[in-house]
Amino acid sequence: MTEAFDFSLIDWSRGQFALTAMYHWIFVPLTLGLGFIIAIMETIYVKTGDPAWKRITKFWMTIFGINFAIGVATGIILEFEFGTNWSNYSWFVGDIFGAPLAIEGIMAFFLETTFIAVMFFGWNKVSKRFHLLSTWLVAFGASLSALWILVANAWMQMPVGMKFNPDTARNEMVNFWEVLFSPMAMSKFTHTISSSYLLGAIVVIGISAWFLLKKRHQVFAKRSIVVAAVFGLVTSAFTVLTGDFSAKVIAKNQPMKFAAFEGLYHGQRGAPLVAIGVVSTTPTDPDNENIKDFVFKIEIPNFLSYMAFSDFNAFIPGIKDLMEGNEEHGIMPAAEKISKGKLAIDALAEYKQAKAVGNMAKQAEAQQILEENFKYFGYGYFGTNPDHLVPNVPLTFYSFHIMVALGFWFLLFFAIVLVLVYKDKISNARFWLILAIVNIPLAYLASQSGWVTAEMGRQPWVIQDLMPTMTAVSHLDANAVITTFILFAVVFTTLLIAELKIMFKTIKNGPKTEGGN
Amino acid sequence: MKQNIFTRVFSFYYEGFRSMTVGRTLWLIILIKLFVMFVILKLFFFPNFLKTNFENDAQRSDYVIEQLTKPK
Repeated sequence: MTEAFDFSLIDWSRGQFALTAMYHWIFVPLTLGLGFIIAIMETIYVKTGDPAWKRITKFWMTIFGINFAIGVATGIILEFEFGTNWSNYSWFVGDIFGAPLAIEGIMAFFLETTFIAVMFFGWNKVSKRFHLLSTWLVAFGASLSALWILVANAWMQMPVGMKFNPDTARNEMVNFWEVLFSPMAMSKFTHTISSSYLLGAIVVIGISAWFLLKKRHQVFAKRSIVVAAVFGLVTSAFTVLTGDFSAKVIAKNQPMKFAAFEGLYHGQRGAPLVAIGVVSTTPTDPDNENIKDFVFKIEIPNFLSYMAFSDFNAFIPGIKDLMEGNEEHGIMPAAEKISKGKLAIDALAEYKQAKAVGNMAKQAEAQQILEENFKYFGYGYFGTNPDHLVPNVPLTFYSFHIMVALGFWFLLFFAIVLVLVYKDKISNARFWLILAIVNIPLAYLASQSGWVTAEMGRQPWVIQDLMPTMTAVSHLDANAVITTFILFAVVFTTLLIAELKIMFKTIKNGPKTEGGN
Repeated sequence: MKQNIFTRVFSFYYEGFRSMTVGRTLWLIILIKLFVMFVILKLFFFPNFLKTNFENDAQRSDYVIEQLTKPK
């Protein structure tokens, strides 16, 4: 079946979505992280009454404002793309995707027109406490806004709380709370926001380190570092915990993605975690050209099993087990899922035909077959090429390991910075200050790698097991998608350059005694 | 004389916008960006595929079912 799809259209549509999502994600995590750091700084100002803290708060608020202004509404383009490039998908998901996005839109509108205005315009015009409350509400509101987007994304990775309506070809929400509180939604939300808080802390420390290296605004820089390092240490520890939670949820619900994380082809009990590895670019199994094992790896024994199921001896299915099946561990072969998927697709076609001619008995029979096999619906499109059920293993493996390695590095870094601050050696710790600046792009790399891991690892699914990417796409001219891809690349790159120019200028000017917004 | 709530809210925003420094450049960028997104991109490059090509939801459903079930 897969040959009939226009892969150049699919690939360009995917590329365009990835480009816009990744550019959008440059702005979002800093907004999430910096929001709380500013709120903490302002709380110290309100508690102590020290005007130095007000200056500190206002400086970081300006950085927050620049990032927020450039990033605001960049996510709307993703919604345009749903309607234009991914129309089958948009229709198929029905109100499940629409409801969280609508809540997010309404919340963001009220948040942005009220409390952000108070935050920026309200100094000396509203009471200190009301201003502080507004700053905290902006911080919480931004994270709450992210919740709805992440709930929608999590549903695509683990579709729950819905029922497919064969009359409309739409999934209808039957349990909002199941959608909202699914383990995937909770793990995705907590891991994404905690890693974004971490990124905010890294940016504050990096910029403050630059001031220390330049011997400018040193008290401001040291105070900023203390707040950011404490916040960063707590949130990076939380990121590790939520990452562990995410791994467990993925191991249970997306075993193919989990196997791709580790390039695990052959399932085993007591599976080791690959600490460092290089994946072969050529097949390593003469009997199976799809197996590209490691050229080199250093492993931590039994740790993958523990990470997945809190049991050092648990069985972790490999890619081969998931494709060929494993009777001992109750894993259905892909071929069987494909058969069931075909049954479901054929049943939908029969249901439609029976309805058209008013054959109620045939309609009921088709509906029963559809319902029994619906959980395998998407597999029906892979009849002639089941290999497409395996995601890009090297890309998933490397992005996952970059994210994890950097996550642990940041945890260590925050601890070292706090020790240096405690010993009052931070101002002269040139090596660590330079490293703090280098950490800024690394934090963005880790954040983007997290999304690459999540989204590439779940391929070929746009909705796990139900809709593959190739059936989600609209039938457009590939050249039109290429044109908009280039257009977006130009618009977003211009925005990024504008952000960086304004931000660098603001940083160079440093904190002011008094100033505008 | 004490101003009413609407006048106070208006002058809060008015004075806020007037006293902006970096914010003026940012607002200019926001307005250009929104114009590019909603007027150029949305209007000319991103029509809603199903809304543009079909008149009602029944037709849209039929089309999507056909897409999902047609022999490939």
